[in-house]
Amino acid sequence: MPDAALAERETASASTAAPSLAIEGLEGWYGESHVLHGMRFDVRPGEVVTLLGRNGAGKTTTLRAIIGILGKRAGSVRYDGVETIRLSSRAIARLGIGYVPEERGIFSSLSVYENLMLPPRVKPGGMSVPEIYTLFPNLEERAGSQGTKLSGGEQQMLAIGRILRTGAKLILLDEPTEGLAPVIVQQIGHTLARLKREGYTILLVEQNFRFAQTIADRHFVVEQGRVVDCILNAELDANIGKLHAYLGV
Amino acid sequence: MMTILGVPTQALFGQLLLGLINGSFYALLSLGLAIIFGLLNIINFAHGAQYMMGAFVAWMLLNYAGLGYWWALILAPLAVGLFGVVLERLLIARLYKLDHLYGLLLTFGLALIIQGLFRQQYGVSGLPYAIPPELSGGQRLPFMFLPNYRGWIVAFSLVICIVTWLVIEKTKLGAYLRAATENPTLVQAFGVNVPLLLTLTYGFGVALAALAGVLAAPVYSVNPNMGADIIIVVFAVVVIGGMGSILGSILTGFALGLVEGLTKVFYPEASATAIFVIMVVVLLVKPAGLFGKPA
Repeated sequence: MPDAALAERETASASTAAPSLAIEGLEGWYGESHVLHGMRFDVRPGEVVTLLGRNGAGKTTTLRAIIGILGKRAGSVRYDGVETIRLSSRAIARLGIGYVPEERGIFSSLSVYENLMLPPRVKPGGMSVPEIYTLFPNLEERAGSQGTKLSGGEQQMLAIGRILRTGAKLILLDEPTEGLAPVIVQQIGHTLARLKREGYTILLVEQNFRFAQTIADRHFVVEQGRVVDCILNAELDANIGKLHAYLGV
Repeated sequence: MMTILGVPTQALFGQLLLGLINGSFYALLSLGLAIIFGLLNIINFAHGAQYMMGAFVAWMLLNYAGLGYWWALILAPLAVGLFGVVLERLLIARLYKLDHLYGLLLTFGLALIIQGLFRQQYGVSGLPYAIPPELSGGQRLPFMFLPNYRGWIVAFSLVICIVTWLVIEKTKLGAYLRAATENPTLVQAFGVNVPLLLTLTYGFGVALAALAGVLAAPVYSVNPNMGADIIIVVFAVVVIGGMGSILGSILTGFALGLVEGLTKVFYPEASATAIFVIMVVVLLVKPAGLFGKPA
């Protein structure tokens, strides 16, 4: 799809609100290998946006580039109007961006409670620990356990829960449903829907677009380090053939 | 005279006490090494030199400033720790992205330079440092005579080791340290100042070495080579305990001091090599060390 047409599509449902996250010409490298080739998309306040694409398309790399832990990146990543491309990951997190990595990043030498309390508060208005326990009762029951003794689903809840404490309003979620049982996927889906209602902005990387469909507003299709298409959630079913072709399923 | 296995109890307990004192130094030094290695991935070969610096700062405080042992116990670790902080900021921080070997070379070179400078200035014959009056004398126990200062070394080292362990295992700061040891990138991506954490950790590890140096000043003579002599054994202790294991380094330090003491009683010829023999056996049986996690 030509860039002009893509741009038109991206703004088809645009509210007038300025984007929460605006990414333009984002280039990224893993060592010598050039992975992101001019990524461009935006996420508006309160929106849930997914990055869809095959393995190796650059979705996870995009999240890593946004939070600033990719070795080398260039282009423009603006959060609430602030250019972050030259900031350290520490400074980026302090702007109010929370990161839930694909491998979940639960620390084995910390208890569940310590894991939950680890990320510092970066903005006022984060959830209290009792609120997080209401959201994920399992975490309270297992507060004293070693972090990595939790099941995969519980670890995912912990990885999300600890970010909710920080007051971050933009959450980068990397494949939260990967490898989890359907009932857990459902619970995480409910949680994300609730976060959306509460005004969180979420950028989601997801292989499972059926899951993404239940909460997302827009989907960006990523191929070889570029955004090649944008599909509104309402039009997802109408575009299912195209999406299958993109994802090769 | 009472004997155990043909050895007079007086001699046995005397050697055990000596072993426990050596073990106190092994524990304090290997604890600092373990903390530094765990978080910074730097094998701090300058640790012995920093231990020596602690003893020398104590000596200087007394002879140039008239400040005695108790002041030295606070000021020497602070001063040498600060020196460590500067070292980390200026030199070591540049090596984190490189192979272990570079950190080892740098700190080994620093150790040689520091020791050389002190040798140049103070010679190698050793300087005397008196036991503080509050800790002179001793207790006559039923089975042996316990000099107060030696009891103090063991008790104080134990307290410092336990407090350090508690801080690492039970506090928020310790949680940052443990988390950053596992995955510094992610901790930084949560907004934690990991570079500052690295600097402070190195400073703290160095301060522990200096503290051991102050403790050692009244029992060993204050000598530019005192660090080089002990650090080889301490590295063996760290290898036996498992690189980076906090509790492991404390327990192994005390235990190996005792083993060394016992060897002196029953087979004195082997006392200098016993720890290295144990190291070889441990490396063969459990290469990650007694308390280490397999890589």
